[in-house]
Amino acid sequence: MNLTLGPLLFNWEAAAWRDFYFRIADEAPIDTVVLGEIVCSKRLPFFAEHLPVVLQRLAAAGKEVLLGSLVLVTLEREQRHIAELAATSPVMVEANDVSCLAHLIGRPHAIGPFINVYNESTARFLAARGARRICLPPELPSASISAIAAAVDDVAFEVFAFGRIPLAISARCTHARLHGLSKDNCRFVCEHDADGLVLETLDAEPFLAINGVQTLSHRCANLIDELDDLDTMGIAACRLSPQRCDMVAVSKIFRDAMDHRIDPIEANATLTQVFPIAPFSNGFFHGQPGAAYREPGIRSG
Amino acid sequence: MELICPAGTPAAFRTAVDAGADAVYCGFNDETNARNFPGLNFSREEMRQALAYAHARGARVLVAINTFPRASAEAAWRRAIDDAVGYGADALILADIGLMAYTAQKYPEQRLHVSVQAAAASPAAIRFYVDAFAVRRVVLPRVLSVPEVAAIARAGLCETEVFIFGGLCVMEEGRCSLSSYCTGQSPNMNGVCSPASHVTYQEQDEFLVSRLGDFTINRFAKAEPAAYPTLCKGRFRAGTNTGYLFEDPVSLDAAALLPALREAGVSALKIEGRQRGRAYIDRVVRAFRRALTALDSGQAIPPGGLKALTEGQATTEGAYQKRWR
Repeated sequence: MNLTLGPLLFNWEAAAWRDFYFRIADEAPIDTVVLGEIVCSKRLPFFAEHLPVVLQRLAAAGKEVLLGSLVLVTLEREQRHIAELAATSPVMVEANDVSCLAHLIGRPHAIGPFINVYNESTARFLAARGARRICLPPELPSASISAIAAAVDDVAFEVFAFGRIPLAISARCTHARLHGLSKDNCRFVCEHDADGLVLETLDAEPFLAINGVQTLSHRCANLIDELDDLDTMGIAACRLSPQRCDMVAVSKIFRDAMDHRIDPIEANATLTQVFPIAPFSNGFFHGQPGAAYREPGIRSG
Repeated sequence: MELICPAGTPAAFRTAVDAGADAVYCGFNDETNARNFPGLNFSREEMRQALAYAHARGARVLVAINTFPRASAEAAWRRAIDDAVGYGADALILADIGLMAYTAQKYPEQRLHVSVQAAAASPAAIRFYVDAFAVRRVVLPRVLSVPEVAAIARAGLCETEVFIFGGLCVMEEGRCSLSSYCTGQSPNMNGVCSPASHVTYQEQDEFLVSRLGDFTINRFAKAEPAAYPTLCKGRFRAGTNTGYLFEDPVSLDAAALLPALREAGVSALKIEGRQRGRAYIDRVVRAFRRALTALDSGQAIPPGGLKALTEGQATTEGAYQKRWR
């Protein structure tokens, strides 16, 4: 199995963004990197100047690079942006919305986890029209993952294996709303929360994480104990979603666990140290509430 | 503009037709539709009878088969398609690409509508569904302002249908896993959001606490009416804020926007609420029928008097107003 670094979902400062990817290029055992701002079109200009050099550095390091498209496309400038991305991207585009997919039909492309692929027929339809890679939606249970991967040849299937889980997208910016601002006049308040802003229940239990127009889980997806199952199912890659932690270390732990150089219990202990701010979850994979977590070493009968 | 009305039971269906619906949308009583609640929706026989009732009175029936078929179990969704077509449904409302492909291939003459669950929010997305499956109408997601709706209608790719009244998703429909994160059951997979089977209420001191799965969604003082704990309408805390952080407990009411929506070139207006009872359906459908009649004769829109029927007795125009964002 390969490792993919998913697109950075949060609003990091541009220089930190660039340096993060430089280090990935130089040090991380990652095969594929998806670049690009996919959550909020207002953030797009910040990274534009660094994008060519980051892309080049990653490619020079032997990484396959993809450019991800916006999850929600409504404004005219967003529509122009995705049309241009599809027309001019020097690398394969990962479509996160049918708006972008419409521009890619008939050409090789990737399908991101925000396009609904819940069954074999949909995967087959997309594969026949140029989808080469499909990252399945995070809420899919293992039975669905396994059935879809078995039914469609010539597509590299991928699952969301690490990071806070994207759960929803809205036209409304919750980050701006929390600061008494509107989306149009947001002052980019999301830049203060590099891993998202934690939303708690009234019992003060951390619950979700706010990232502008996107809502994620507070808990961090972790399929390190499921790697052998995924391999058996024929899954081609695991997606690691960037958090503000040592993602090189995260990728090395996953690589080592995939290659059975460390066992899942040890891998988990190390992962907890690398990303200590949120507990893990793997409930979606096991057909449970997504927030649930089955510890490594515990096998249901 | 057509008036599209919900029905979750045969009785509500007849009420909607009698109250002036141009078309009624409904689904089978299983996980193939996005309002898969206990005791709701139509058996095969009830669907046949509903179609006969509507057609005898000049109304149309739109059958919603708008969840995403489960892998290895697509046959159940295809059976729903086969039956709805066989019974003479005027249109099918679909969300899944694979299911649309099946239907367009097997029943090329069948009228298809793109469900709101497909989240087709731009002309390019709509063009995909028109080119691939010759869909005739798209139900627009509740993320668009009136000028954006107008731009889509102007593009003229297919008919447009918009929500005008009822429950309001804060998140884009068809792309929300908040419910399954808490309960394992989602709108996309199971046709339910924040299902009652996972709701509990507990008395704590002077408060009533509502929970969904393992998470507290709201807490009410004794005198406060306890709203249903739909996840995105709960009370939470972030930083120094405590309250309804995603959205207040409000319903959509776009009655005042009817002239603008007609000007925008919208084909059909949709009322949400397949889970609602007959009395509700009757009042809401009649109010909007009166409004449309007034609109057509150039008169002012009469006040609907619907506030008592709305969630929290408060309404919003949602994303139709740009500042809602």
